[in-house]
Amino acid sequence: MALLRVESVSKHFGGLEALKDVSFSLHEGQVKALIGPNGAGKTTLFNLISGIDRPTSGHVFFRDKDLGRLSPHVASRLGVGRTFQHSKVFDDMSVLDNVKVGRYARGHAGIFSAFLTMPRHRREETAVADASLRTLRRVGLGDRAHESAGNLPVGDRHLLEIARSLASEPTILLLDEPAAGLNNEETAQLAEIVRRVRDDGVTILLVEHDMGFVMDISDEVVVLDYGKKIAEGPPLMIRNDPEVIKAYLGEDL
Amino acid sequence: MPILAFLRRHVWYIAFSIVILSAPLFTGNIYYLSILAFMATRLMIVLGLNLLMGQAGQISLGHAAFAGIGAYGSAIMTTRWSMDPWLAMLLSAVLAAAVAGLIGVPTLKLKGHYLAMATLGFGEIVYILLVQLKWLTNGTDGIGGIPSLTIGSIDFGNAQMFHWLVWGVALLMLRISLNLVDSRVGRSLRGLHRAEIAAMSLGVNTSFRKVQVLMVSAVFASIAGSFYVHYVHYVSPVSYTIIFSVILVTTVVIGGLGNVWGAVWGSALMILLPEYLKRYNQDYTQLVFGVMLILTMIFLPGGLVSFRTLVAKVRERFRGSRAGPVTGPEPRGGS
Ligand SMILES: Nc1ncnc2c1ncn2[C@@H]1O[C@H](COP(=O)(O)OP(=O)(O)OP(=O)(O)O)[C@@H](O)[C@H]1O
Ligand SMILES: [Mg+2]
Repeated sequence: MALLRVESVSKHFGGLEALKDVSFSLHEGQVKALIGPNGAGKTTLFNLISGIDRPTSGHVFFRDKDLGRLSPHVASRLGVGRTFQHSKVFDDMSVLDNVKVGRYARGHAGIFSAFLTMPRHRREETAVADASLRTLRRVGLGDRAHESAGNLPVGDRHLLEIARSLASEPTILLLDEPAAGLNNEETAQLAEIVRRVRDDGVTILLVEHDMGFVMDISDEVVVLDYGKKIAEGPPLMIRNDPEVIKAYLGEDL
Repeated sequence: MPILAFLRRHVWYIAFSIVILSAPLFTGNIYYLSILAFMATRLMIVLGLNLLMGQAGQISLGHAAFAGIGAYGSAIMTTRWSMDPWLAMLLSAVLAAAVAGLIGVPTLKLKGHYLAMATLGFGEIVYILLVQLKWLTNGTDGIGGIPSLTIGSIDFGNAQMFHWLVWGVALLMLRISLNLVDSRVGRSLRGLHRAEIAAMSLGVNTSFRKVQVLMVSAVFASIAGSFYVHYVHYVSPVSYTIIFSVILVTTVVIGGLGNVWGAVWGSALMILLPEYLKRYNQDYTQLVFGVMLILTMIFLPGGLVSFRTLVAKVRERFRGSRAGPVTGPEPRGGS
């Protein structure tokens, strides 16, 4: 059975139909790309999957749970992790503390055990620090752990968001334009990291405008245009789909 | 050596505790001890507000009212209903927490500064009730004859004994606040302050955490109010106006947001300064507070607690590049 099922999802903002009757599904271990021109509704769809927004109609099922009815923190606890197109790094917190917040859902210490720093709390803190550092190393930011996150260059901010989300040990990871602002070398590095994450068993849905990156890394591609799904299939097929080419008219696929 | 590591980690806290707790050994002067006692109760309120504002990024303009709940709760329950003062203190704190929850749940679900507006209204309502419910609060005349706190045969009506009691509690609150900052919950509060959506997507139930810290701060304020009235044996509504709430917020900002020690600096300054100014002209106090607030926000956005950064900056400017980069670590919340 599919891990994630988007079923006839529509989303209206006032008169604007940002998504129209979109359906597709995602299997465990897949890397799927969601592409489409600006304003196609990609981020809107991510917001529905991560519980930040509600579909106007239709459903998003994660296993048997309807994500469209759940809050973001519940979606996260179920195993949906995400990064943001417009960086939402916790500036002026350390890089490591950012990732530690990502570890939140795996911890238990409440406010009273924090007040009293009970032994259980201290053990958990040590475990959180270790796990967070390990996660940072996974994305190659291990040696920047104690810097202020606000000082990171754009590319590293994406990586930090990925690490922060990975720290919560998601089943599925949504990446919203992770390669934006990266040079070729950094993009190649990112592709490598994404592949490793996939190999660790995380299912990935990513939005990206960098077609080289998309074609290189994804098993399947879904194309949105003006809120409608216009194509779905393996990268090679998408690259030659006349409708997709029309939507991207003038752009080199 | 775990003991050495422990001492090193908590050096500031230990030093501060020793200094403050040994004060009565050096002076029996009631005036000085009273100022220190007021500093302790002020610190309790400011600590809670510091957590709310500095960690969770929420402003309360009604913290005077939470202190008022503690003060009047203790006053009414002990004088009118002859209740045990400790029980009265506990019940008042529970009431303050419950009220904070009632205000927090609807307002903190929404983003933005709804809490500031709601608590502003709440502060006004509490003040009006304190004045108008004469049968209960004795109106503007206030309530006198509030008993001292006792434990067995120990009478905390004695200024020195009270000093140890009230500072013992204040230091405990300081400790647990420092602990909170350096914990899973503390980090989640700082995270939601900076990017609430991101924190949510990492599994943080942000509205729950915000309400929780508001309730904690209300309890701190209420306990402070209770201790205060058991010390001065009298309470009246003028102590719990919006002005006091604004002074509390000012204290947090001047002391330093985002660093628990800022609460200590702020409380010390805001208690000592008016005492000092009183010798000249009391009318200037508010004005001086206002000017200080503005100067802090312009020149010392991190508050008094960040003065090291300012000193370093000034020094750097004078020395030019010879001094090299400034690397002294800031006194962090967890020291
Ligand atoms: N909260 C909102 N209120 C109103 N309109 C919105 C809202 N969010 C998105 N939209 C609109 O919905 C449409 C889809 O936006 P969305 O951000 O999902 O596009 P996108 O595919 O992510 O584009 P991009 O590639 O530029 O990131 C746009 O027309 C956008 O203006
Ligand atoms: Mg987008």
